[in-house]
Amino acid sequence: MTQPLTPRRMPLGDVVRTGGSGLRTHPLRVLLSALGIAIGIAAMIAIVGISSSGKAGLNAILDRLGTNMLAVAPAKGELGSDVTLPPEAETMIGRISSVESVTAIGAVKGVNVYRNDRIPVTQSNGITVVASRPGLPEVVGARVAAGSWLGAASSPYPSVVLGATTARWLGLSGSNLGGQLWLGGRWFTVVGILDPIELAEELDVVAFVTWERATADLGFDGHPSTVYVRAQESAITAVHGLLARTANPRSPQDVRVSRPSDALAAKAAADEALAGLLVGLGAVALLVGGVGVANTMVISVLERRSEIGLRRSLGATRSQIWLQFLTESLLLSLLGGLAGVVVGGLAAAAYAASQQWQIVLPGWAVFGGLAATLLIGGCAGMYPAVRAARLSPTEALTH
Amino acid sequence: MLELAGVTRDYGSGVVALRDVSLTVERGELVGIVGPSGSGKSTLLHVAGVLDRPTAGRVTVAGHDTARLSDRQLSALRAQHIGFVFQQFHLAPRVPALDNVADGLLYSGVRRAERRERAAQALHRVDLGHRLGHAPHEMSGGERQRVAIARAIVSEPEILYADEPTGNLDSVAGDLVMGILSQLRDAGTTVVIITHDREIAAMLPRQITLRDGRIVPAQVPA
Repeated sequence: MTQPLTPRRMPLGDVVRTGGSGLRTHPLRVLLSALGIAIGIAAMIAIVGISSSGKAGLNAILDRLGTNMLAVAPAKGELGSDVTLPPEAETMIGRISSVESVTAIGAVKGVNVYRNDRIPVTQSNGITVVASRPGLPEVVGARVAAGSWLGAASSPYPSVVLGATTARWLGLSGSNLGGQLWLGGRWFTVVGILDPIELAEELDVVAFVTWERATADLGFDGHPSTVYVRAQESAITAVHGLLARTANPRSPQDVRVSRPSDALAAKAAADEALAGLLVGLGAVALLVGGVGVANTMVISVLERRSEIGLRRSLGATRSQIWLQFLTESLLLSLLGGLAGVVVGGLAAAAYAASQQWQIVLPGWAVFGGLAATLLIGGCAGMYPAVRAARLSPTEALTH
Repeated sequence: MLELAGVTRDYGSGVVALRDVSLTVERGELVGIVGPSGSGKSTLLHVAGVLDRPTAGRVTVAGHDTARLSDRQLSALRAQHIGFVFQQFHLAPRVPALDNVADGLLYSGVRRAERRERAAQALHRVDLGHRLGHAPHEMSGGERQRVAIARAIVSEPEILYADEPTGNLDSVAGDLVMGILSQLRDAGTTVVIITHDREIAAMLPRQITLRDGRIVPAQVPA
């Protein structure tokens, strides 16, 4: 007459609802213990997001600037000897077949820039005057922030164009175009100010005059200090190998050839190493957050002995009690994880926006973060849940 | 419905809570188990309610020999055949009466909508149909105990154990609770009430007196 007894299965919805019921009674405690997890996840997501957005930003810059530029400069001479490139270096390099364009600058020695003729000679601000070929902006990817490049507007006075940092040092902006600077014992008119040049930062801190003007009026010796070369992307290595010999056939060892885009990429790689370290710190925070969740769960089980006893008396099996507390722990850390993903994502987005990078938040980071959260919640909840399940109903009820 | 044969519960270290207790409760009976504190009443409730196993002897509930059942099967037996009412109510705080009562069916494989529907019916049965949405802290002790009774009977158990159901109530609320319990008996549920209160026990048709873990033989009425 008696039917066999089997516990009824609980639908998933009931499992989640029962697991969540314990969280509703202590909102502050839930908030605080989820916070630990949230901080860890937020830190990791933010760092991954910022680093990937930064990488995307760098790729965008490199796409725009091109990676096919090479800079040819004299190597630092041994024993302090002052090595220069021969005057014909630019022309010789221009004859290499894979070279698309070439330009040069030459440092004008002993000439400094002053706001006016009354400033003492020693207060030079360290701004170098550089003789430049007309094609420079095109080759190095410089953009004019205000005014125009040298020679574009015909001026009866000698003209000067300032690098971005130079203009800032001198306290000049677009509204000062047409003003005069005291340069090598005569007045020059400011005709343009450049934007910062990512591929040639050394050009941000100089003042440009034309090659001809520098030779005629400032005693420039005509030796290029740097030759900038754009070569076909496919032939870049070959051109790289030829440049030193071509620039200075007599002593190629005195020539240093560099690829400025490599320096940008190297900087990004260094940032990546730092980001790895920070993600590690985030992982530690996450682990500590997990310990917080475990702690909360242990306390919760101790406090809710009578609830456990009641549920056993209502017919809950040991495994249903176990599942309830495990679910509670999972929900608790998932709550922290979701909050962390949102906060970290927003932080990464805000930083990327401030850097004018495209916002990139890799899906693996989000899902990995949430998976780590669940793993931690599961580990943190396992021991308390087993303890809850082991509690005998009478022990729990008479407490 | 309930049969104990030679049941002993020994907690070890010389503490014997029940000694060789044998009793039978028939289907539809209303029985009081009476005795001073420390007489073994609570242990008897735990053993008869399959919350605990006896050290020796046989316990049969609703036709199931509990010695043959696993822990999982005992849980199912409680879920499907047994209801409990406790002195301390054990209601979930800040949870509406309706949901507290619906939890009585949580482990019976009933869908949530139906659980809530049957919970409403059970609350009507204990005259709390007007307080479905009220949480325990908004209720009097008597009302809370009636919510607890509704939770115990929502799964329509064959046997209901009430452990000092009036222990935390004043006499008016206590009488109301006792009235509801005897109504349940009238509706066919077997009800076992555990109490130390002789007055309460005197209201019940049958009493079993416990002292020092043994049943005191019934005195033949003069």
